[in-house]
Amino acid sequence: MCGIAGVIHRGALSGIGAEMTSMLQALRHRGPDSTGFAIYGTPVEGDFVMRLKVAEQEDMSSGFDIHAKIRARAQEVDRRLAELGVVVKDRAASTEYAMRYVISFDGDLEHLARYVEDVEGTEILSLGGALELVKDLGDATVVSEQYELGGFQGTHAIGHTRMATESDVDIRSAHPYWAFPYNDISVVHNGQLTNYWMKRRDMERKGHRFMSDCDSELLAVYTAHNLAHGVSLEESLERSIREIDGVFTYLVATRDQLGMAKDTMAAKPLVLYESDDLIALASEEVAIRAILPEEIDTHDPYDEEIRVWQA
Amino acid sequence: MKSQDDRTYEMGLHTEQLAGRTQQVFFRPEEEERFVYPWAPDVDYNRRAEVDADSLTSTEVNTKLRELMNEGYGSIVVRNPRGKHSLGVGILNRLNLIFEGSLGYFAVGLIDGPNVRIRGRVGWSCGENMMAGTILIEKNAGSTFGAAMRGGDLVCRGSVGSRTGIDMKGGTIVVGGDTGAFSGFMMQRGRMVVCGNAGKNLGDSMYDGTIYVGGEIRDLGVDAVPAELTDLDRAWLTRKLGQYELLPAHGVDHFTKIVAGKQLWNYDNLEPAEKKLIL
Repeated sequence: MCGIAGVIHRGALSGIGAEMTSMLQALRHRGPDSTGFAIYGTPVEGDFVMRLKVAEQEDMSSGFDIHAKIRARAQEVDRRLAELGVVVKDRAASTEYAMRYVISFDGDLEHLARYVEDVEGTEILSLGGALELVKDLGDATVVSEQYELGGFQGTHAIGHTRMATESDVDIRSAHPYWAFPYNDISVVHNGQLTNYWMKRRDMERKGHRFMSDCDSELLAVYTAHNLAHGVSLEESLERSIREIDGVFTYLVATRDQLGMAKDTMAAKPLVLYESDDLIALASEEVAIRAILPEEIDTHDPYDEEIRVWQA
Repeated sequence: MKSQDDRTYEMGLHTEQLAGRTQQVFFRPEEEERFVYPWAPDVDYNRRAEVDADSLTSTEVNTKLRELMNEGYGSIVVRNPRGKHSLGVGILNRLNLIFEGSLGYFAVGLIDGPNVRIRGRVGWSCGENMMAGTILIEKNAGSTFGAAMRGGDLVCRGSVGSRTGIDMKGGTIVVGGDTGAFSGFMMQRGRMVVCGNAGKNLGDSMYDGTIYVGGEIRDLGVDAVPAELTDLDRAWLTRKLGQYELLPAHGVDHFTKIVAGKQLWNYDNLEPAEKKLIL
């Protein structure tokens, strides 16, 4: 079933980490397998935030030497960053297998990402100026506390609670998806894409990499590909309704925008609240009420509807 | 003077004369006990109670409503529902129920008798399978509004989502604003009134029933066709919309009436034994 949520404050910072935690916790019943956050803070000129994992959570209970392996992988990541001339300004480990780096780098980001991901078990969850992407097994409260998201200030965020239907219960298959190698793009999705394999092969032929077998990852890669080729976010969302088959509602966030698209059947839910300074949208109104308890006016976007909001 | 049958025929209501096992009579009006649920409490409309749903789960709210009805309270106000799901479902007796705020999915479904007012919005599947009573929503509603409903009035002053009245088998849906795609999909009986615009595939594969649309229709679904708006239609629309204060200032003449083309009908009325004989 899955639950998706998004919130954007126009022209103001807010406690976006706590807000998204509340929204996703209210959607826990739609998917308790994993929870993910894509949160957009204030970018620092020249700096990038990189979130990565060097193992799956389930790996921690398999193999007597997993802890040593993880340490070795983390050291190898650090070594490769140094080799590429990356200046690491801050490094923190939220869990034994998930790290957050603040780096300064003026080289080829795609090369950096591919070289780091070449380390066994390593996946970059996000790499960008404003985006911080966190996802792990458990509900929103568990993940938010584990990664200390409660005090995060930012302009907008999207999030996802996952009920695994077509791929595994692991971090790799959890949302949001970052659109490798383009910084600051993230996607959450509720639905099923029926031409996934065809479109995936199309994207792979164009040189894109997929880290999971989850159909939702396609939307991230597809969007990133479009944006990288000069297509606006509105046009990309519009195209997706014609080019992607299946039933879907998905949200896309970039450094300063939040967008939504709904398929031709309007089979997947979305409730929208819009005011001059705040937009909140979620699979169910109960998630919006988690941050706006007062009586508000909401509505369901219709089939083939797309919207984009500026932060 | 036209007979009642002729009048209902003109209004697009249950005109077909079908035979066969599926057309047996399930309820006889003379058997009064069949219209009363023996466990349904007898309530007094003059006894009023309030429930604050803020810190309660959906199950706790519904249990509280049951307790109050069993104590004879006939007017109940639920405060702070805040989008919770499945509130007020399965009420099978008369009751005045008021929600001071918005509800989530499956609001007030499976009801048979109560009059419900929702001072807010509702999520998906409000009034699903309702048998009788009235539900009035002050704001917007989600998709599958009144799915498979069988009787009563389901009214939304605002706009509703997609697949409104899907598989409806009776009763009346009134929408003050717009409705989304696939509204009236596989509709079998009853009437739907949309004062605003209707999305694509309106009335797709409808078997019977009538849809009235006051605004634009994006397109009609398979086997849904326009029909002439009769004086009886106008009279009924005027009365029904007036009842809920949704009657347009310029009347109802602009409404488009949609019915089933019945080109897809392929009913098999033969009993299994008759089939065997043929075979």
